[in-house]
Amino acid sequence: MSQPNTTGNSWLGLVWAHLEKDLRIEWRSWQALTSMLFYALLVVVLFSIAFDPTADVSRQISGGVLCVATMFASVSLLNQAWTREIRHQVMDALRMTPSDGAALFLAKVLANFLFVCIVQIVLGPIFFIFYNLHPLGDAWLLLLVIPLGTWALVANGTFFAAISIRSRNRDLLLPLILFPIFLPALLAMVLSVKTILTGDGSDPHLLWIKMLAGYDIIFMTVSLLLFDTVLQAE
Amino acid sequence: MKKLLIWVSVLGTLGLMGWGYYQAMYAAPTEATMGDVQRIFYYHVPNAMLAFLFFAISFVASIVYLATRRGRPSMAQAADAWALAGAEVGVVFCTVVLITGPLWGRPVWGIWWTWDARLTTTLVLWLIYVSYLLLRKFAAGPQMQTLAAVLAIFGAMDVPIVYMANRWWRTQHPAPVFGGGDDSGIKDPHMLAAFGWNVLAWACWGLLILAFRVYVERRQQRIQSEAADAALAAD
Repeated sequence: MSQPNTTGNSWLGLVWAHLEKDLRIEWRSWQALTSMLFYALLVVVLFSIAFDPTADVSRQISGGVLCVATMFASVSLLNQAWTREIRHQVMDALRMTPSDGAALFLAKVLANFLFVCIVQIVLGPIFFIFYNLHPLGDAWLLLLVIPLGTWALVANGTFFAAISIRSRNRDLLLPLILFPIFLPALLAMVLSVKTILTGDGSDPHLLWIKMLAGYDIIFMTVSLLLFDTVLQAE
Repeated sequence: MKKLLIWVSVLGTLGLMGWGYYQAMYAAPTEATMGDVQRIFYYHVPNAMLAFLFFAISFVASIVYLATRRGRPSMAQAADAWALAGAEVGVVFCTVVLITGPLWGRPVWGIWWTWDARLTTTLVLWLIYVSYLLLRKFAAGPQMQTLAAVLAIFGAMDVPIVYMANRWWRTQHPAPVFGGGDDSGIKDPHMLAAFGWNVLAWACWGLLILAFRVYVERRQQRIQSEAADAALAAD
């Protein structure tokens, strides 16, 4: 039982209430995390076996493999995130509460971001071992690029999952509308990871990282502004 | 009277397109370094400009839809028809851009396609609007119209990225012909004339198709609302 907190009805309090609920559901079921983790691991293994890359080649391609593995794995998570709310009409209940849709959205994004980050933290070492990676550039920049790219994926994905669950074939539609919008961020993420791993200095001004950050800010702002419209669409 | 007007505009547009074809293929002089293949430019660039115009129409109509859907439903329905028509015609024009580009690129660059910023973002734009049309196919009713309008706004945010792409990053795509600096602009008056006529002809053609598409969609809406009313009355 959580204590009634002092923030009460404030906006951040709402975000925390939603977030706490999502985290507790996941803590009790481990459904999303285990399926996502195993799926991402499979993608990494499959790519490694299919291409059998040498050290040089793997530096070139591993950024892409990591992003694509995360992307596919996240889609299963994002679909579940809202499907869970449809059962027992939780969505309708949420719609009827006077609280702000943006708070719900932000909480969902934070929860999903956390799950995907956990998967990446577990997967990262395995990834480095399988692909014999040895970054030649500034490895610490990865700590900036990967969360930024993950945020772009998860924020947009959570938003579009809320759209696609309203359609007839919901699980199919999410990747179809998410991937085109996510492509600029994927491009920026893959290119900056490649630059870091190969250390070729092709991006001295970190343009791609800046673009990724800009993409995050723009799309997150629009998502927060428009989420109420999506939630209340009837 | 209405029929006459339609026929005049259809014939006028076809005439303009014929004239534009003559201008591009025969009247404009052959370009010095690239030769005849440069004439694709008279189709590629007008189509790209108009694709942006139609996506802009779709974007504005989507905003109007979201703003009016509660207060003025009839206006919102009209806006939704414009949004759908704009996206559909825009996708067609964008497809022409994506086809004529490689046709030009193969002889001039020696490759059909390269993943540089301008090309990639145009392709992304095309993909986004195709996904918009898919969403409209997969969901139904006023709920779908709202969701599609939201997606259209997301798609439109990609347009400035596309437009700025070859200004921000060094790309293989030719520098912008208009507004790209002191050296930009077409110098030869015959080339400029051919270009202008083609912009006009394709704009008329696109707007004509757009108007037809909006008309059809409005009829579709009327049929659906009448069917809904009839179903209610039958109960």
